[in-house]
Amino acid sequence: MTPARVLVLAYGNPGRRDDGLGPACAAAIERWQVPGVTVSSDYQLTVEDAAAAAQYDVVLFVDAACAGPEPWALRALGRATDAAAARRTGGVSFSSHSAAPEDVLALAALLFHADPAGYVLAVRGYEFDEFGEGLSPAAGRNLAAALAALEPMLRNRTLGADAAPAGGPVAAAAGSGTDR
Amino acid sequence: MVASTTNGLKRVVIEPVTRVEGHGKVTLLLDEQNKVHQARLHIVEFRGFERFIQGRPFWEVPVLVQRLCGICPVSHHLAAAKAMDRIVGGENLTPTAEKMRRLMHYGQFFQSHALHFFHLVSPDLLFGFDADVAIRNVIGVAAKYPDLAVQGVMMRKYGQEVILRTAGKKIHGTGAIPGGVNKNLSIAERDFLLKDAEQMLTWSRGALKIAKDYTVAKLDELKDFGSFESNHLSLIGPGGEMDLYHGGLRAITATGEKIFDHVDYQRYLDYIAEEVRPWSYMKFPFIKSLGPEKGWYRVGPLARLNTADRIDTPEAEAARREFMAVTQGKPNNISMAYHWARMIELLHSMEKIHALLHDRDLQGTDLVVRGPRREETVGLIEAPRGTLFHHYVVNKDDQIVRANLIVSTTNNNEPMNRAVQKVAQDHLSGKQLTEGLLNRIEVAIRAYDPCLSCATHALGQMPLEVELVAADGTLLDRRTRG
Repeated sequence: MTPARVLVLAYGNPGRRDDGLGPACAAAIERWQVPGVTVSSDYQLTVEDAAAAAQYDVVLFVDAACAGPEPWALRALGRATDAAAARRTGGVSFSSHSAAPEDVLALAALLFHADPAGYVLAVRGYEFDEFGEGLSPAAGRNLAAALAALEPMLRNRTLGADAAPAGGPVAAAAGSGTDR
Repeated sequence: MVASTTNGLKRVVIEPVTRVEGHGKVTLLLDEQNKVHQARLHIVEFRGFERFIQGRPFWEVPVLVQRLCGICPVSHHLAAAKAMDRIVGGENLTPTAEKMRRLMHYGQFFQSHALHFFHLVSPDLLFGFDADVAIRNVIGVAAKYPDLAVQGVMMRKYGQEVILRTAGKKIHGTGAIPGGVNKNLSIAERDFLLKDAEQMLTWSRGALKIAKDYTVAKLDELKDFGSFESNHLSLIGPGGEMDLYHGGLRAITATGEKIFDHVDYQRYLDYIAEEVRPWSYMKFPFIKSLGPEKGWYRVGPLARLNTADRIDTPEAEAARREFMAVTQGKPNNISMAYHWARMIELLHSMEKIHALLHDRDLQGTDLVVRGPRREETVGLIEAPRGTLFHHYVVNKDDQIVRANLIVSTTNNNEPMNRAVQKVAQDHLSGKQLTEGLLNRIEVAIRAYDPCLSCATHALGQMPLEVELVAADGTLLDRRTRG
């Protein structure tokens, strides 16, 4: 069986302290050089990410979290077609130019007729309000914990395209940090 | 959010804290008759940038400033590069350098305007202001108008491809350096971009038609929607033509009289000042000669259409003439006309990209110039959402010692407040915040395409929250959205 093609879409602003958790995570994953895993890093998600997401079996979104579980949380979003159905009754953006992970998945289904499975890895951060490069020490520790859990998932493809029922349990083996 | 009571006035607070773009809220101050007395749009602007950049070598600045914004990093990159050109005495760029920068800039305009129109505005236009918010969004557009939504995505993607090939990277580009650029456009890169250029022109015409037809058809309804008279400000080319990259400053009144013209922006402080108000982190710029009460102005697509005598690309110029005919050649002060103006600029940007891709100067190899060094400098550029000011002082050790930025959204601070106030005055009745009012406040603010992404973004921030609080502190109404 062909291993799932995985796209890591990490986002955040490295010039805003812990908001850089996503790009820092992307840089680490890239260094692993896992076959079949493509890494993309940007300030934020936007609609054209849907075109890229449509080319993969699994999309892992990686972002900083300013609230929620420590040190990290992994949430299964389900398949793109499920996201499209759910988002049709979802919310509206006030003035954001960015897209939510669910929007990217939904657009991949609606516009490009693809059906990747999606996950969100949310790494908890603490300092967001000031300009400055570098993660806070606590965020750095959270990132290390997230990476330690994530590496075997990517290498072993635990984040499988078939392991992400909408709203279902995450495929993560780690007990701490999971979020449903 | 519950607001305190001042001078017997009630406050309606709308706190649209989006997940990604930080904090912003609207406070509506009511008088004793429950009429809207004043609107206050609070946007938490970036903080600490001056400290962040102090002590950094000046040549790092065009890259560092891209940290300011995830939506318009190229505008900051180019404004800072223009400023640093003067530090190295290299402001008279080689043809290759200037055209590479312009190509990058038009790519930024193209992707930014396309994203705003298709992602944020088209749901309002296609479904109506009062459509269910559950469908009045980009997913709703994708479900009902998939061809249009695909166009939006692919236009945004094309603009990003232009940026990648001129700035060297999709994000944190390094293409513009003090005194020039660090790369030209290879033949292969040119041919890659040319491949889809005609398609992008076609789609740009289609987007312009949607915006124009909508505005013309609903002109009676839109002309008063969040509208008011204002001054307008932008860069302008030497012949009075629209120039998004370089020129002098022109300011006009609401009826078109020139307040100043072809002003060298190195002297902007002689003409522009910023007022601080205690309730807002964001300053309020104004034209000095008119004072803070009458000197505030609009920037961005609407202002640029109003200040320009002409546009130097044929299709956009024809569209400009149609646009100006609606107001008999006088400045257009209709807030919702921003969308039509923005789509004229979208087409103009694509016409410029198309022409530049056929210009052999882009394959030139003379990339950088130097001249007499300076220690203080201003870089100005028209960003997609308006005029962007970068002002720096550099010491003899090449370190930044002072920086002052006026970003486009700050320039539009007072106009956005006015737009919200007008909408609230027209649509708030009684003591209830209706969905209709919320919708209209959002639509009015969106017309200005404010960039809130100078704030941080992270998972877990709050959705839109609206509360209506009586003078005695009683919560009258509360709504959340998002």
